[in-house]
Amino acid sequence: MSVYLDHAATTPMFDVAIEAMNSSLRKLGNPSSLHTEGRSTRKDVEDAREKVAKAVGCLASEVIFTGSGTEADNAAIKGLFWHTDKKVILVSSIEHHAVLDPAHWLAEHEGAELIQIPVNTDGVIDLEFLKKIIAERGSEIALISVMHSNNETGVIQPIAEIVKAAGDIPVHCDAVQSFTKVPISFKELGLFAMTISGHKVGGPLGIGALILRRAVEIPALLHGGGQERDIRSGTLNAPSIVALAAAVEANLYDAQKVAALRDSFEAGVMAARPDAVINGKNSERLPGISNITFPGTQSDSLLLLMDSEKVSCSTGAACTAGVHRPSHVLMAMGLSDVVSQSSLRFSFGTTNTKADVDFALSVLPTVIERGLAANAVGKK
Amino acid sequence: MKIIAAMSGGVDSAVAAARAVEAGHEVIGVHLALSSNPQKYRSGARGCCTIEDSHDARRAADVIGIPFYIWDMADEFHEGVVENFMSEYKAGRTPNPCLRCNEKIKFAAVLDRAKAMGFDGVVTGHYARTRETDAGRTLHRAVDPLKDQSYVLAVLNREQINGAIFPLGDTEKVDIRIEAEARGLAVAQKPDSHDICFVPSGDNAGWLRDRMGSEVGPIVDQDGNKLGEHKGAYTYTIGQRKGLGLTVPTADGSPRFVLKIEPVSNTVVVGAREDLAVTSMRGERPIFCGPEVGAAPLRGFVQVRAHGAALDCTYYMDNEQLVAELDQPLLGLATGQAMVIYDGDRVVGSATICETA
Repeated sequence: MSVYLDHAATTPMFDVAIEAMNSSLRKLGNPSSLHTEGRSTRKDVEDAREKVAKAVGCLASEVIFTGSGTEADNAAIKGLFWHTDKKVILVSSIEHHAVLDPAHWLAEHEGAELIQIPVNTDGVIDLEFLKKIIAERGSEIALISVMHSNNETGVIQPIAEIVKAAGDIPVHCDAVQSFTKVPISFKELGLFAMTISGHKVGGPLGIGALILRRAVEIPALLHGGGQERDIRSGTLNAPSIVALAAAVEANLYDAQKVAALRDSFEAGVMAARPDAVINGKNSERLPGISNITFPGTQSDSLLLLMDSEKVSCSTGAACTAGVHRPSHVLMAMGLSDVVSQSSLRFSFGTTNTKADVDFALSVLPTVIERGLAANAVGKK
Repeated sequence: MKIIAAMSGGVDSAVAAARAVEAGHEVIGVHLALSSNPQKYRSGARGCCTIEDSHDARRAADVIGIPFYIWDMADEFHEGVVENFMSEYKAGRTPNPCLRCNEKIKFAAVLDRAKAMGFDGVVTGHYARTRETDAGRTLHRAVDPLKDQSYVLAVLNREQINGAIFPLGDTEKVDIRIEAEARGLAVAQKPDSHDICFVPSGDNAGWLRDRMGSEVGPIVDQDGNKLGEHKGAYTYTIGQRKGLGLTVPTADGSPRFVLKIEPVSNTVVVGAREDLAVTSMRGERPIFCGPEVGAAPLRGFVQVRAHGAALDCTYYMDNEQLVAELDQPLLGLATGQAMVIYDGDRVVGSATICETA
């Protein structure tokens, strides 16, 4: 058997989404065309937009479909920055690179001043720091961006309190990992902008959405036919949009089941390796993510060994060449370079079973022993 | 066996991995990231450390149908190979970093890690052969004399040889390319690497100058008369004739050659061609791939460069050093190079040349 414990990377597509996508692929018509075929495809897209809006807790007109979560993050960060004369960008230090890198890019090329909000050892952002910066420099802040939950640890961030502290400052929230896993309402949170992605929720790759508050018109990254409120030109990807909506509408994520699997896995790991450390354990976390440090190992060795045993998990970050790098998230939580490189992420999904957990736990002790041995020779 | 295939992204290691799979081994492909700041694109022939090479290796592994991972060996490579390369030049010697990489990285760091992780050995695309004999496994030249890499593998000890698999030693390079083509490997016609991988420009002297500075010093004749100036003694090699920039001609107009590099005084000594002649050499840190050599003189061949000639010699151990006495004098031999002793096509062992006479 093979066990997939990397649902935070991508999820299997739900059957309903595959079926919706297939039937849309067979259908002719550019949603922007004015004739019968065009109108029919347009209807599918708008039906889908309403379904997504309902799940997000926003107006249909606030949904801007993009080619990925990364694109939506870039559109939000750059767009909200260019939208104003203010120069300070405030982001958490544990953001995904899809937020961090455009923020750094704006600092390097567009005169932005980037301030990163630290997190505590449990992986939660320092609200007091945030409030202090807002008190001191509120009038200079162009935007604040904090993720709803972290993709490596699953730790949930206090978005409602951030929005409250922000007052009139626009807040963007990368909700790629949280969407459909925990309750979220764009409207209730009072956000300016939010990002979701299709393939993390049982939908297809290549589709994401920027949720952008009505009447906020930010500069576009892609110019062209004027689709999506003129913020994201490009022919609408009807099959992927329809499939994303089908996945969201089906609402198949079973948070209780996933959390139970994750908890039993963590209990098993701690029984087998009492020296292991579950990162972010004291915080409120997503149901499916478990980030564990195995002291004295190197996570790339562990991943290879787990993979050989047919268990798929993740080391977190890798550079362009594929070389494992210490996680900026774990380092922000105070872990050293070496310890962050001794950590694996296991992420569970609705299709996982108790048998998957048992199998992963059955191979783990040997994998850790070999990982320890491999690391020991490296230090010789 | 369960083995790790070291895949550089070149044609040789790709075919070696494919052959290992066909031989019935359970193979996992590993690309070694040897630079912490990899170049994005290669210029001309490949260097070991470009992102494009890692993509080529990954693609080859996918086509062969084996798992593939990247191991970060940048720190080990820098410490064991690059720093050694610089310190050897600084000491007035001429190192061979490929040899050092085999000794310290491919068949040490990688092999040790592989064994600790439950693998039995490492397969590489080196052109060399091994044979199982009563005295254990022995290392031999490849059938393709132009590609033979036994010289750069002669630093491996018996344990390392036992953990190594070289599937290409029985085939000529031209046939490896044909085989790669037939296997659908896109790297079939990828150019060979010639230069030192971390000096992709091929300009060793310039690379060393950039990192070690270029302190001007004298170029003198054997009597100590100053003939000119150089820009960093370590950028010269024994036997070098070109690029000395000397304006004082010799009495008979014959060319001058670098005879000696004195790092402490930053002096380059030049002289006549016949003064380069060497008839014996001593090497330190001897390593024997097969049966050890004793004090009793034996007849064989010694090779002092990767693709140099095999020179008739008598060799023996003396005072923990490996000694080779040449039948015919050799012109221009730098310390720091490896002397590799052969018994026919069998590698006897190697040592780092520390003294010549």
